[in-house]
Amino acid sequence: MNLYELTAHALTDKLHSGQISAETLYHSLNQRIKDNDGPVHAYVLFQEEFPGIQDSAPKKFRGLPVAVKDNICVKGMETTCCSRILKGFKPPYDATVIGKLRSQGMVVQGHTNMDEFAFGSSTENSCYGPTHNPWDLTRVPGGSSGGSAAAVAAHEAIWAIGSDTGGSIRQPAAFCGVVGLKPTYGRVSRYGLIAFASSLDQIGPITKDVQDAACLLGILAGHDPMDSTSGDLPVPDYASALGKDIKGLKIGVPKEYFIDGLAPEVRAAVEEAINLLKGMGATIVDISLPHTEYCVATYYIIATAEASSNLARYDGVRYGLRRTPPQPRKSAIVDMFEETRDQGFGEETKRRIMLGTFSLSSGYYDAFYLRGQKVRTLIKNDFDRAFEEVDAIVMPTSPTTAFKIGEKTNDPLAMYLSDIYTIFANLSGVPAISLPCGFSKEGLPIGLQVCAKAFDEEMMLRIAYQYEQKAGWYKETLKPRTKL
Amino acid sequence: MITKNTIQTIASLARMNLPDAELTALTHDLEAILNYIAKLEKLDTSAVTPTSHVLPLQNVFREDRVVPSLTQAEAVQMAITQKDGAFTVPQVIE
Repeated sequence: MNLYELTAHALTDKLHSGQISAETLYHSLNQRIKDNDGPVHAYVLFQEEFPGIQDSAPKKFRGLPVAVKDNICVKGMETTCCSRILKGFKPPYDATVIGKLRSQGMVVQGHTNMDEFAFGSSTENSCYGPTHNPWDLTRVPGGSSGGSAAAVAAHEAIWAIGSDTGGSIRQPAAFCGVVGLKPTYGRVSRYGLIAFASSLDQIGPITKDVQDAACLLGILAGHDPMDSTSGDLPVPDYASALGKDIKGLKIGVPKEYFIDGLAPEVRAAVEEAINLLKGMGATIVDISLPHTEYCVATYYIIATAEASSNLARYDGVRYGLRRTPPQPRKSAIVDMFEETRDQGFGEETKRRIMLGTFSLSSGYYDAFYLRGQKVRTLIKNDFDRAFEEVDAIVMPTSPTTAFKIGEKTNDPLAMYLSDIYTIFANLSGVPAISLPCGFSKEGLPIGLQVCAKAFDEEMMLRIAYQYEQKAGWYKETLKPRTKL
Repeated sequence: MITKNTIQTIASLARMNLPDAELTALTHDLEAILNYIAKLEKLDTSAVTPTSHVLPLQNVFREDRVVPSLTQAEAVQMAITQKDGAFTVPQVIE
């Protein structure tokens, strides 16, 4: 078996015993990327040279390489959010999560493709061109962390980190047959994550199995004085929560997630997973989350409002692109702002800035932004009530399997609706994980989503791990695949 | 109903000067999206408190003291144009 096909927890043993060196592992992955990434296009940048390991790093994860989404700052490594407006930008500092990886002796393999500024559900809105799904190259890998998910699925990364604002870790994980975890809002520091929607964004792991997700979350999590919204709570040993069985746990199934529009094959796979959980001793409880149908509308008000404000910083003044129009129009400085933004931003980015500016503008604020924030309260209340009754909730990650490249690019609303099952976790702040629960007839992976109450990632991981081990889909998803 | 005029004003607020074809396309797209968002009007939210943030956090303070940070040279390292350690821009006051 090739080294790059192994999970991180399998590799740690080989690294500890000295069977392999960190450098050998790193170069094995680089070779795999060179041989394989052409048709997949998971990476937008990878480092040829082994970057070296921090001397003081402990042994546990020492030498493991990580693929990093292109919106997480790595000191001195071009970080662009896959936008023309940030081409050439090399951050002068590391994101907190990158510092945490380095202090564990881990190394950054490269930056992975994404929708520009994480605006999208398919990784088609990248200035570098789309990523292709390793299970079927004519299909999207999901998004916006599609590069990270495809890299892990194609065995071009041992594990990866992404960011999730409305499903951007979980939906690509489902489409690519890997595990993707969005932590509780505040569990992981956002310092150095280039902001999309500050009240929704979280960084999280994309891995080959649940055990790796638990390990990587443990490294990323924790309070950070540089992010005043990070929770000042101890970080549990997530890996030690995995072994407990799920007998007697109450697992809620929300009826609003099993409606028209859910593909029959996805429904069947998720229902089979629920039956298995029941067979393993969990009590299945039918629950209702009555405001589910308002999630997408609420999200696209709040997320775009915050985005339009966060993206005001790209003006050609301090870094990135600067353009001036051939003929003066207004004042010299306004001309520079406008021309830089006109040329630097892609179509979807402009659309979201426009929508956000609209809902924040005088005359529309109460009817849109304020109303969105109020409905957000109702959605959060649904979850608070549900978690008084159950320990966890399960539902599909996405209503369909991976769609075709180009299928939804001309219909922004259809693209937004593909996030229908993931947005709740960002609006309400709760953690959620997606893991494989079967395949469609065409051989495309299907994702099961498990969520728990805020800061109870242990419960969520325990159920996910027990299901994964019993169902055994990992034997399929982790199968070595030859050159794509 | 959203007009092309409104879209043009919004673009200007967002510091974008979009060509006519882009304005037309955005008018069409935003109209479809706003029609979808209008479903929120079905809900009575008059007595609901807005949520700007999910965590029960308020007024996170820190000690007001100097800690190590980027040097001026590091801060302007990515500057498009600079002079004497400061970012330079086209003339602002005519």
